[in-house]
Amino acid sequence: MGFFGGVVALAKGFATTLQFAFQKKPTIQYPTIKKQHAPRFHGLHELRRYADGKERCIGCELCAIACPANAITVIGAENAPDDRRSPGERYAARYEIDELRCIFCGMCEEACPTDAIVLTPHFEMADYRRGSFVYAKDRLLVPPEAGVGTPPDERPGGIPADLGSVIEAKSTVDITAGYGTTHRGEILKTQRKGLAG
Amino acid sequence: MNDILNAPPWWLVVLVKSAIVLFVVVTTFAYSMLFERKIMAWMQLRPGPNRVGPWGLLQPAADAAKMLFKEDLTPASADPLIYRLAPFISLACAMGAFAVIPFSETSGGIWGVGDVNAGILVIFAITSIGVYGISLAGWASGSKYPLLGSIRSTAQMVSYELSMTMSVIGVLIIAGTTSLAGIVHAQTHVWFIIPQFVGFAIYIITAVAETNRAPFDLVEAETELVGGFHTEYSGLRFGLFFIAEYLNMITVSCIAALLFLGGWNPVFGLAFIPGLVWFVLKAGLFIFMYIWLRTTLPRLRYDRLMNFGWKVLLPLATLNLMVTAAIVAVVG
Repeated sequence: MGFFGGVVALAKGFATTLQFAFQKKPTIQYPTIKKQHAPRFHGLHELRRYADGKERCIGCELCAIACPANAITVIGAENAPDDRRSPGERYAARYEIDELRCIFCGMCEEACPTDAIVLTPHFEMADYRRGSFVYAKDRLLVPPEAGVGTPPDERPGGIPADLGSVIEAKSTVDITAGYGTTHRGEILKTQRKGLAG
Repeated sequence: MNDILNAPPWWLVVLVKSAIVLFVVVTTFAYSMLFERKIMAWMQLRPGPNRVGPWGLLQPAADAAKMLFKEDLTPASADPLIYRLAPFISLACAMGAFAVIPFSETSGGIWGVGDVNAGILVIFAITSIGVYGISLAGWASGSKYPLLGSIRSTAQMVSYELSMTMSVIGVLIIAGTTSLAGIVHAQTHVWFIIPQFVGFAIYIITAVAETNRAPFDLVEAETELVGGFHTEYSGLRFGLFFIAEYLNMITVSCIAALLFLGGWNPVFGLAFIPGLVWFVLKAGLFIFMYIWLRTTLPRLRYDRLMNFGWKVLLPLATLNLMVTAAIVAVVG
């Protein structure tokens, strides 16, 4: 390389850093400007409702079984005949997710037969105590005045768009109807038909 | 009262001048730190500090407040007196150098605390004592990493101090004076960077090594020595070392501007701009160069640093000195 080669190499190095100084910075000024994340970003969970205000969750514990991190605790209970919480026979008396254990994989969402649990794009969950990361129904369930919860997502595997069409399904006569009218239910029905035919 | 205003006693003049110079210099330190963080950030594709105040301008104040409230720790194995004294030696020497630096000149005289006729020698003497601050800090910490940093600092400072002084003597020979103001006057027509380019290059390189800045920051070397001599220091005492490092950087930048870039002599005959502005611009150029150097080059290996100092810089500086002396003897 020699002396002049070394000088040229040095000059190239200095030119590179100087050039970078004038380039546009890719930094996003986070608290003031928030990044536009992917539409199906996996963030904090939410328990949704039907349009009539009933809870979608039927306390079946499938999410807890599907959870690879053992983050979900569900304790189901029978619906009282005069005070029905969900359209099904049972509802979740307790529903808790430890967000520190959760790996945000979305398996609970996949497993849920009534599309009750969904992952919202919300991700700012920082807190000072460990205990406050265990989210119970008071924080997971959408409040009644907030409507059904996360808006539908039409793409395959997304949150079904049937919201509100289950008013008839609140009848306890046909428990499966509540699910059958959902997007995934329809898919499942056609699949079953295909199998039968 | 009028007597004091008309003919103030010399000590009052010196006190007021020192206070003003120290205030300006410490403010310069604070903002050169911010400047460095900003420039480095830009060169690394980051925006840099921008949360405290508009454009991050209050960041130095926030840093100072943080330093003040940090716990001041003294390790159990440390030599308590020397451990506590070392930062003050560093800072006092770094500040002392500004006593003889002239910043500008008007018809009223030199702008500076003192106009010493051996200014450059005084500066070298004071900054040499500053090495004791770093060496003693590392030794008195009673811990292995600071000790390694301290050993390195002694070796590095001594070997580069030699070449630095040698590189400057060329300028002194041409100017025929050791007074900083006199050296600036001698550069009214031609800056010494032109006849003394080799000396200038050696001065710049050794100045980086003298102030422990990257790529010669082996004394601190956070990747290998965990901060080197100041590993054990925290809070305000660490802050003092920090201030001393930056003040040294400003000092050598000022000297470079005075000795090689004509000090407060205007560029292109733009004499309507005050000399102080020219001086600040020239010194600022060197501070920018320091930052640029830090972002660009990785740290030298220790043996290469010593090789470079003793086998390249010192012979080159000696040669430069002899050639300059011969030419001045023949021509002048």
